[in-house]
Amino acid sequence: MRIRVNGQSHEFDGDPNTPLLWVLRDTLRLTGTKFGCGAALCGACTVHLDGNAVRACVTPVQAVGNAEVTTIEGLSEGGAHPLREVWVELGVPQCGYCQPGQLMQAAALLSAGTPPSDEEIDQAMSGNLCRCGTYARIRAAIHKASQER
Amino acid sequence: MSGVENVSRRRFLIGTGLAGGLVLGVWFYGTRGDRAPMAAAPSGSSGPAFEPNVFVGIAPDGTVTIVCHRSEMGQQVRTSIAQVVADELDADWSRVVVAQAQADEKYGSQNTDGSRSIRRNFSRLREAGAMARAMLEQAAADRWSVPVTECRVTLHEVVHGPSGRSVGFGELAEAASALEPPPSRDLKLKAPADWRYIGRPTPSVDLNDIVHGRGVFGMDVQLDGMKVAVIARPPVLFGKPKAFDAAPALAVAGVERVFELPTLKPPAGFKPLGGVAVVAADTWAAIQGRRALDITWDEGRNRSYDSGPYREALQVTARKKGRVVREQGNVDQALARAHKTLTAEYYVPHLAQAPMEPPVATAHVTDGKVELWSSTQTPQVTRREVAQALGIDESDVTVNVTLLGGGFGRKSKPDFSVEAALVSREVGAPVKVMWTREDDLQNGYLHAVSYQHLEAGIDARGQTTAWLHRTVFPPIGSTFDAGRTFAGEGDLSQGFVDNPFDIDHMRLENGRAEGHVRIGWMRSVANIYHAFAVQSFAHELAVAANRDPKEYLLDLIGPPRKIDLAAMDVEYANYGDPIARYPVDTGRLRNVIETVSKSSQWGRTLPEGRGMGIAAHRSFLAYVATVVEVDVTPDGEFTIPSVWVAIDAGTVVNPDHVRNQCEGGSVYGLSAALGQLTAKDGAIVQRNFDTYEVARMKQAPRSFDVQVVQSDEPPAGVGEPPTPPFAPALCNALFDATGKRIRSLPIGDQLRA
Repeated sequence: MRIRVNGQSHEFDGDPNTPLLWVLRDTLRLTGTKFGCGAALCGACTVHLDGNAVRACVTPVQAVGNAEVTTIEGLSEGGAHPLREVWVELGVPQCGYCQPGQLMQAAALLSAGTPPSDEEIDQAMSGNLCRCGTYARIRAAIHKASQER
Repeated sequence: MSGVENVSRRRFLIGTGLAGGLVLGVWFYGTRGDRAPMAAAPSGSSGPAFEPNVFVGIAPDGTVTIVCHRSEMGQQVRTSIAQVVADELDADWSRVVVAQAQADEKYGSQNTDGSRSIRRNFSRLREAGAMARAMLEQAAADRWSVPVTECRVTLHEVVHGPSGRSVGFGELAEAASALEPPPSRDLKLKAPADWRYIGRPTPSVDLNDIVHGRGVFGMDVQLDGMKVAVIARPPVLFGKPKAFDAAPALAVAGVERVFELPTLKPPAGFKPLGGVAVVAADTWAAIQGRRALDITWDEGRNRSYDSGPYREALQVTARKKGRVVREQGNVDQALARAHKTLTAEYYVPHLAQAPMEPPVATAHVTDGKVELWSSTQTPQVTRREVAQALGIDESDVTVNVTLLGGGFGRKSKPDFSVEAALVSREVGAPVKVMWTREDDLQNGYLHAVSYQHLEAGIDARGQTTAWLHRTVFPPIGSTFDAGRTFAGEGDLSQGFVDNPFDIDHMRLENGRAEGHVRIGWMRSVANIYHAFAVQSFAHELAVAANRDPKEYLLDLIGPPRKIDLAAMDVEYANYGDPIARYPVDTGRLRNVIETVSKSSQWGRTLPEGRGMGIAAHRSFLAYVATVVEVDVTPDGEFTIPSVWVAIDAGTVVNPDHVRNQCEGGSVYGLSAALGQLTAKDGAIVQRNFDTYEVARMKQAPRSFDVQVVQSDEPPAGVGEPPTPPFAPALCNALFDATGKRIRSLPIGDQLRA
């Protein structure tokens, strides 16, 4: 089967039930998308399917179909993204392991257009765990990025 | 954004370490292209904390390489170590690169735990930078044939004062490499007022990689021909496979080998748990293969471990007199004569470190030598344990340290690295052993479950006159000595025997508890349950005395003084540092309480459903006070609108990192009040983040105010001290809002009752 990831087409001939996460990490060597729980409970593996945030650890690769997969490596062409800049400016990451998933989730939230409220941030971001506890800075960074746009 | 490049990633992808060619001391890279050791180790101040091991390299192009010998797990140690060295060297930050050290004794201790990377290395790092600076000045003086006193390093070059001539670091590197290093006593350290980087909120050197998904963690190591293994470990400690059928696992496409690992014998120590390894061509095949395995376990005697009855047994012990570890006055008499007495018991369950990146290591064993890439907090211990397990020399084990996706003490234990080495040796290929979340929660090193009994007497004026505190928990020592049931000095030195209260009659006791699982360190360790009990009970006493909790806490602490535990014949570890340099200073504890009271506007009137709580605690030589504000709905759901923290950690290298640790450490403390691991028939019940609850965005404090106390005192710990006061401050706030007292964690549905 073929899947499109970050604008490029790839052939995959393994088990079609393989979660997208392991195709990205093991086959395509796109290791920015992380493993944290394997059960859609922590959000470390968050990627976009046609712009919508999904958990790659429970998404069989065969379910991707013709959808465009975007990973942290492909978040915005050329690398610049308002969230990335604010993430750096506010010093959000600590260990950084969950941050690709946090950024992908936040990017999907911001793509809705209107600046999210605190409640909307709670709603959208509570599936993404961070054991370093960077939540308050993530919240502040989302507010800042949405206001600066 | 700084121009500091992260070379760690490139380093281990090409498999050769810059640090690998370095020997003790300070290096200059000459034009011959090799990296010869040019200088002996800086020898600084004496004392138990002194371990000479600081590394600077300057390339002919002027690039300054600073070697970070501690593990990066979110505390930004790669940045703060570089800040200290670069400051004394007066290097241009944009021309500094950070290299990650491999395991090597030449660095001194690399154990990244106990909140000691800065406090144990600050002086040595400064001396290493100052030594390099002095030699560059001498090289410039020789070049110009002028007195060295006329030459001065200024931002990556040496300037000759009288003539105004200047020459860059790179041009001086070769000449400087030929010089004798000055003795430590001749080194001139900068005055703090001249610090360029120390004390400034310099951004992390790894930020840019992280936000682009380029940071390379242990999980991300990829080697040519690498296999992936997952291991079915015995669900009960010291269990072993009775029988297993490998065929269904081998039938999974991609699974290549299935074999049993050596059975673990007590004590557990850092050794692997044993079990059955499933080795496959890729991760998914390995996971599927393990799922297909059919194993019957011989569970052994720990099958009896059940958290319900165990709690009852702890309670029985806590209600009986234990081993006295500190005593002053006559508590029994004072309790008998008290106007009023108060008794409370506190329970904190087993908890898991649960770093977002589960344990993972990759090993390649060839010709009796091992190269390892590990997400480890303890590269040297890892090297030792791998060598022992394989029966080879430590010099034949190379340990590369990746970025760590969180550590929190879990990755201080090298069992997972040993597993990788054993499996790689068996299959003759590079192997990554990855733990799933279920493995992490069910086969971990658990934070000890604890039960504490406290009694106090209050006089007619509401003052506390007597304090009895018994703590009971399976000690960390039981992991290393299976017979250990009493707590060790280290356990009891964490917020127990160093009780800061000024109470005439005090007795502190410890009761026996047997370990049935591996007990291990978790961020701030025994301070978590000791601070929870002490700071909750202090609040209960304030309520009983009808006093303001903050004022009452200050009264309990008493006047500013240095508590002389030795004079009371108390064994006190003081986190491995001298008490003269780091006393138990109640003045500093009082100060953080006063500071956080001001920042939080303590005492203000709150709307219905809101409450505020305070707690303060000294740990890892730092002082932290925390105020939590909660908002509780009528049906008992709570949120945390704001948290205020004040920390006095002495001299601080990077105040923004300190603030980040205070925020994150608070959230870690919140998680300690939300989650629990329980055992049934010897096995851990919780399997993943659906049943092991940790704080999420919607539960986390919405905003933080962190006050970092300005101090010239020696640097103290930062990574752990913010955690202990959080849970008691939270539960005190919940009491303030609802009148309901949480004495048993997790909070669960206790507010709904």
